[in-house]
Amino acid sequence: MTKDEVKEAVKDIIATIAPDEDLAALDHSKLLRDQIELDSMDFLDIVMELRKRYGVQVPEEEYKELGSLDSCGRYLHPKMAAMELKLLNA
Amino acid sequence: MIEHYDTIVIGAGMSGLAAGIRLAQFDQRVIVLDRHSLWGGLNSFYKQKGRRFDVGLHALTNYVPKGTKGNRPLARILRQLRLPHEALKLGQQRGSRVSFPGVSLRWTNEFEVLRAEVADKFPREIDGFDRLVRDIEPYPELAPSDGPPVMARATLGGYLTDPLLVDMLLLPLLYYGSPTPDDVEWNSFVILFKSLYEEGFARPEGGVRTILDLLRGRYQELGGELRMNSGVARILHGPRGLEGVLLDDGTELRARTVLSSAGYVETLRMCSTDVAQTVSDADIGPLTFVEFLSVLDRPPAQLGHEDTIVFFNTEERLVYASPIEGSVDLRSGVLCCPDNYEAATPPKDPLFRLTLLANYSAWTGFDEDGYVAEKARVHDLALDVAARFAFDPRPNTVYVDGFTPRTIQKFTGHLGGAVYGSPNKQLSGRTPVEGLFLCGTDQGYLGIVGAMLSGIAMANQHALQPA
Repeated sequence: MTKDEVKEAVKDIIATIAPDEDLAALDHSKLLRDQIELDSMDFLDIVMELRKRYGVQVPEEEYKELGSLDSCGRYLHPKMAAMELKLLNA
Repeated sequence: MIEHYDTIVIGAGMSGLAAGIRLAQFDQRVIVLDRHSLWGGLNSFYKQKGRRFDVGLHALTNYVPKGTKGNRPLARILRQLRLPHEALKLGQQRGSRVSFPGVSLRWTNEFEVLRAEVADKFPREIDGFDRLVRDIEPYPELAPSDGPPVMARATLGGYLTDPLLVDMLLLPLLYYGSPTPDDVEWNSFVILFKSLYEEGFARPEGGVRTILDLLRGRYQELGGELRMNSGVARILHGPRGLEGVLLDDGTELRARTVLSSAGYVETLRMCSTDVAQTVSDADIGPLTFVEFLSVLDRPPAQLGHEDTIVFFNTEERLVYASPIEGSVDLRSGVLCCPDNYEAATPPKDPLFRLTLLANYSAWTGFDEDGYVAEKARVHDLALDVAARFAFDPRPNTVYVDGFTPRTIQKFTGHLGGAVYGSPNKQLSGRTPVEGLFLCGTDQGYLGIVGAMLSGIAMANQHALQPA
């Protein structure tokens, strides 16, 4: 996966968790929770889905790295570079 | 035979099934156990003479329309369980009322209706009422700490001066979920106030079964295992924490985590003697109820009764305590007409439900004939009282049934028939046993929405966090 695909993977997870949110207009550099309704329970779900779909572990103290799509890309890319993108909401 | 799981959930009620869904969602090997043959726990259903009855559900609180923004409990549950809003098939209340001698307050799911009623009937209190509403607006979620409770009346005194208004606002909230007499803990007050008055009541078309079928279906579709008629005899734990559970039939299930919705006292009494001794009978909830169901020959609206729920109190001061004399207290209660919710298809059997505070020991002290006779006697007296606040259903009644604290304890396993559980809530869900956690009514969230939220929150915090 490229860094952009990693961001797509995260967006696809958010689409599963929060199907009513409009993700098309997300600004990648801004915090997700400032743009759509995501609470701490939802962030837990992002982490759990990353583990379920890609086997990626995100320790609790690193949840903050998932704040924006850009930071997700930066933080997750090294862990996911060798994996293949799986889209469930394409 | 020994079977292995990641997490064992005790109790197939709303909280247990919601917890099960969360865990199965993320591929845990999970089993939900229940001693009863039917799921639902305190919000269940039964069939008699070809008729289906709900127990527990008068209303689903926290109603918000699909897509409502903000931190709304109903929206959060649906998202966490990945269920669409439409699946609940919610119909809103037409309007409910709290009635005291000479004065009543009506409310709907539009908060302005209640505010206007307060302004009209308690003009000197409206500024305090508005200030209360403003102050609790940003109030945080239930604080996850187990400490001495702050009670609502004390705090409300800083806003409202007329004790009648305080009592009137409290009565529905207490009946909806207070495990303590005459008052409710402040955090719970805030949650209940928002749930009942600011958000409001709705009913799933089809009643409690609609929600339960949805939860059970989702859980099983995710691969979760549900085992009915499987009571837990003992929770097994040793020096290294939790080991599993032993079922009534001798089967041993192993897991490192157990979530129990059986109740605080009930759960700890399944543990070793030293743990069981940390609770006493004083921790058992004192409040329990009788409920009478009258099936009518026509919808209540055709008899001139449009209210969805009426909370009544025959005295000047609020009555909400375990009856000291007699088997029930006729001085306050709840009348509910499920037909007075909006619905595409009205309920099959028009119904009039009447709920009263009851005395557990009185109801368990009768022999069988005495029990049946007392039920009939009290039902008649209760309908006399109800007729003053709504209508007398007797001329249009085609079938009656009722249940008492004895029935509640028998089918739910909650000691004392304590519908709202122990007054001693464990908000963190923790117990003296490592790996054993509480969810459901004794963890502290209230009502149907609260039960599901409790299962979700406890599963998230204690059973799901990556190791």
